[in-house]
Amino acid sequence: MATRLKPVDVVLVGFGWTASILAQELTEAGLEVLAIERGKYRDTDPDFATTHIQDELKYAVRHALFEEPARETLTFRNSADQTALPMRHLGSFNPGAGVGGAGVHWNGQNWRFLPTDFKQRSHIEQRYGRKFIPEGMTIQDWGISYEDLEPHYDKWEYLCGIAGQAGNIQGKIQDGGNPFEAPRARGYPLPPLKRSAATVKFDQAAREAGFKPFPCAAANTSKPYKNPYGVQMGECTYCGYCEWFACGNYSKSSPQTTILPVLLKKSNFSYRTLCDVTRVNLDSSGTRATGVTYVDFQGREFEQPAELVILCAFAQHNVHLLLLSKIGQPYDPKTNRGVIGRNYAYQITSSVAVFTDEIMNPFMGAGALGQAIDEFNGDNFDHGPEGFIGGGYIALWTTGGRPILQQRDLPEGTPKWGAGWKKAMQENYLRSASIATHGSVMSYRDSYLDLDPTYRDIYGNPLLRLTFDFHDNEHRMSKFLTDKAALIAKTMKPKSIKVKYREGHYSIVPYETTHNTGGAVMGADPKTSAVNRYLQSWDVPNLFVMGSAVFPQNAGYNPTGTVGALTYWAADAIRNMYLKRPGPLVQV
Amino acid sequence: MGTGAVLRTAALLGAAAIGALILGGAAAVARAQGATFTTLERGRYLVDAGDCAACHTAEGGKSMAGGRPIPTPFGTIYSTNITPDKETGIGNWTDEEFYKAMHDGIGPGGKRYYPAFPYPWYTKLSAEDVRAIKAYLDAIPAVRQKDEPPDLPWPLTIRKVMAIWNALYFRAATYQPNPAKSAAWNRGAYLVDGLGHCGACHTPKNILGAPKWDEHLAGGFGEHWYAMSLTSDPRDGLGAWSEQEIVEYLKTGSIAKAAAAGPMAEVVQNSTQHLSDADLKAIATYLKDLPGGGRVAGAAPTKIDSAAMAHGKSLYLDQCTGCHLEEGTGIAEVFPPLKGSAAVQAKDPATVLEAMIDGATVVATAAKPTGLAMPAFGWKLNDSELADLATYIRNAWGNQASAVTRGQVSKARKESQQSAAK
Repeated sequence: MATRLKPVDVVLVGFGWTASILAQELTEAGLEVLAIERGKYRDTDPDFATTHIQDELKYAVRHALFEEPARETLTFRNSADQTALPMRHLGSFNPGAGVGGAGVHWNGQNWRFLPTDFKQRSHIEQRYGRKFIPEGMTIQDWGISYEDLEPHYDKWEYLCGIAGQAGNIQGKIQDGGNPFEAPRARGYPLPPLKRSAATVKFDQAAREAGFKPFPCAAANTSKPYKNPYGVQMGECTYCGYCEWFACGNYSKSSPQTTILPVLLKKSNFSYRTLCDVTRVNLDSSGTRATGVTYVDFQGREFEQPAELVILCAFAQHNVHLLLLSKIGQPYDPKTNRGVIGRNYAYQITSSVAVFTDEIMNPFMGAGALGQAIDEFNGDNFDHGPEGFIGGGYIALWTTGGRPILQQRDLPEGTPKWGAGWKKAMQENYLRSASIATHGSVMSYRDSYLDLDPTYRDIYGNPLLRLTFDFHDNEHRMSKFLTDKAALIAKTMKPKSIKVKYREGHYSIVPYETTHNTGGAVMGADPKTSAVNRYLQSWDVPNLFVMGSAVFPQNAGYNPTGTVGALTYWAADAIRNMYLKRPGPLVQV
Repeated sequence: MGTGAVLRTAALLGAAAIGALILGGAAAVARAQGATFTTLERGRYLVDAGDCAACHTAEGGKSMAGGRPIPTPFGTIYSTNITPDKETGIGNWTDEEFYKAMHDGIGPGGKRYYPAFPYPWYTKLSAEDVRAIKAYLDAIPAVRQKDEPPDLPWPLTIRKVMAIWNALYFRAATYQPNPAKSAAWNRGAYLVDGLGHCGACHTPKNILGAPKWDEHLAGGFGEHWYAMSLTSDPRDGLGAWSEQEIVEYLKTGSIAKAAAAGPMAEVVQNSTQHLSDADLKAIATYLKDLPGGGRVAGAAPTKIDSAAMAHGKSLYLDQCTGCHLEEGTGIAEVFPPLKGSAAVQAKDPATVLEAMIDGATVVATAAKPTGLAMPAFGWKLNDSELADLATYIRNAWGNQASAVTRGQVSKARKESQQSAAK
């Protein structure tokens, strides 16, 4: 029997980036806010201290900062004719657990999406015709525009102290920035990071090949920074331990380094850790959330009443909770009806290794230290002759040269072990780099999330089931991108290169990216979206859903910048519209 | 609750807060028996300036109810309840009794205080200020909490013994302005040497715990942290600080060249960040006029062992450069510099050792809320490593200070463990 607790105004499920932003915004509005987090409390000192954080075995290999599949996981299959099996070890993606969420262990690669990304279906239909969209591809518009989000991207970037070079300020193209980016109101708060030897070489080669390279925007501080909340950050030391690690130097943007110092001092905010939310509770009408039920680390069950429930967990966990709570109609791929679980998407990556005579010092890195080109992202080029939809950026990142998992690629023909391998490693560790492609994945009728009929979690609830595979459209797009990357690689005049296309079925085993999207998508039509343009549930108006679960399909950029902007956008709608008149913010 | 409930709750929250203010204000005025709002506000400000909460509010305890252990070289003393509770606090005290306590260190019934209660400084307060403090303390919520007896060895348990101490080291005297100096200077002196009782930590003490008045503010101990010299010595005092830097440090907790941690963090947190800019400027004016530390400067640098420096440097490169950078410059406003730092070059390395062993957190103030922290190194570096590392940072990049011995590290480690155990 659950113990009923004292009601709060707002309960946030999870305490990562989106919950931290909402908590700060909604406590400012005078509300009493509670965040419930499945992992532990953690802070820069002592948990991320420079005295121990650069431990690749503990963090990157043994996953000290990630969710534990023994407590929470999903089942996976490539297609509906297979039987899904539980993911017993993390592989293809690494959701975080603990205060700060994945915002603690991300690289800090920060992007805005293109205006056309938000109008994915209508733009493609308009430019290439309805028939250009293949059978079974279920792409759709977001229900908002880039212009809607611009002020919120801005707020996010100034929260984080993003280091970068603007490419387009109010329509004026800026030298050295990304000329393809949409207009921004002002430049980045910090100048770009220092460049690595490899990014300098990439930059020269890309220019020679006729492209317009630019420094990637980074949530790694290039200078000390004080954000609008007064929270201070240090300056990145290029230690090369960003992704899968936390930052000990206060120089990677995370909830801990940007919001928590002010949020945690507020008397109208509180949080509980090591608590798993198992249900969103509804009243008898099924159209109003009354709060959540959660289980603490000792197995005690509690009911937390709240006026407003906001799902701030990792993308697929938000979808899982909606399905378990029977909110919204579950998606059925046979009929293509229903919305919860619909339009799951991922991203598709590939790489080209470059072997040179010059020393690159790969160990001097930062998570978002990179140089990129954006000629082949979104609809920045004519897709007519290519016959596929989507694109991605091509970048050379110098994220680090860590000894275990960041061993260099070695040239073709290198033995896989023994003296020959050692010799090749010795020759190439300092003299190689890798160019990455980061491609979009469209949504499809046969890529979705639902409840597994067989496997259950530690509370007896059905696990979430992921059904996903790469489609021909993405393979062709990725090959196109990879060939362009190889062209730049060759222009770097290397000794040799090694092209690694992404081929065959999607596998959940090797790491690829943690950019899972969809399952509770936003849109203008309640028949094809779970939440409206303000991220408010169509079915339960006092429930909002944050994070990349609301992306109707995945763009060719890292998602965190857009997740941050959408959170500020939703917070603004709650503060300025919902609180004044609680109820549906969009009528259909 | 139906729709609109969130909004209503928000509105209610606001209404409740306003209600509390009105009620609180009314009750306070009643208890203060007609003391005016201005007097109460003045009292509150003076209580902040005197940092009364530092001792009289225990960690996690009720405001001003006492019970906080105050470690002294002689044993532990517990702060007293100064809320207006009639039985366990000071609710029955007359203004005269309160003045005598502050001015002479003698409580009602002739009870003599130990100078852990800083009456040797408070004696300088004007009668008017003491009355305002009393008026404010009369207005705060009464808490029923009995005082704990001090944990001292005989004969110190006999409070009359303090009469001898007073005869030797204490002169009751209200502050007399120095007509040769400016009003700001005099206000600064009143705050620093009176209410602020800065010398309780920053002036060295003799074997009987009495301030060495002739080494005024030349550096002393606050618990087991070394409170740096406030003299104008350019190396280990405030010689290199501008008046504006002193003001900013006391207001926000950090400046480009220094950050407040340890007991000074509490001083900034509870006291100096709440002072007016005019008072902070007055403090800076007075401190900058203190004599150069010539006669009391840090021990003349001894010959520093080159092997210790080399060992210290290698440790520094591995452990410290991530934040303090290779040249010891740190990152302005974020990670304090070690190069040129007065705290690093202090006569006694206790503060540097405490920070290295246990880590340190910069005070989080209204102006700078972050609370940037340095992690602990005591668990990964042994005594001889910490000694050589401390010697290195005290003598690298033009710094000059005595070498640090293993014995000093081991003593600091013990003190830090004892303090953690409390």
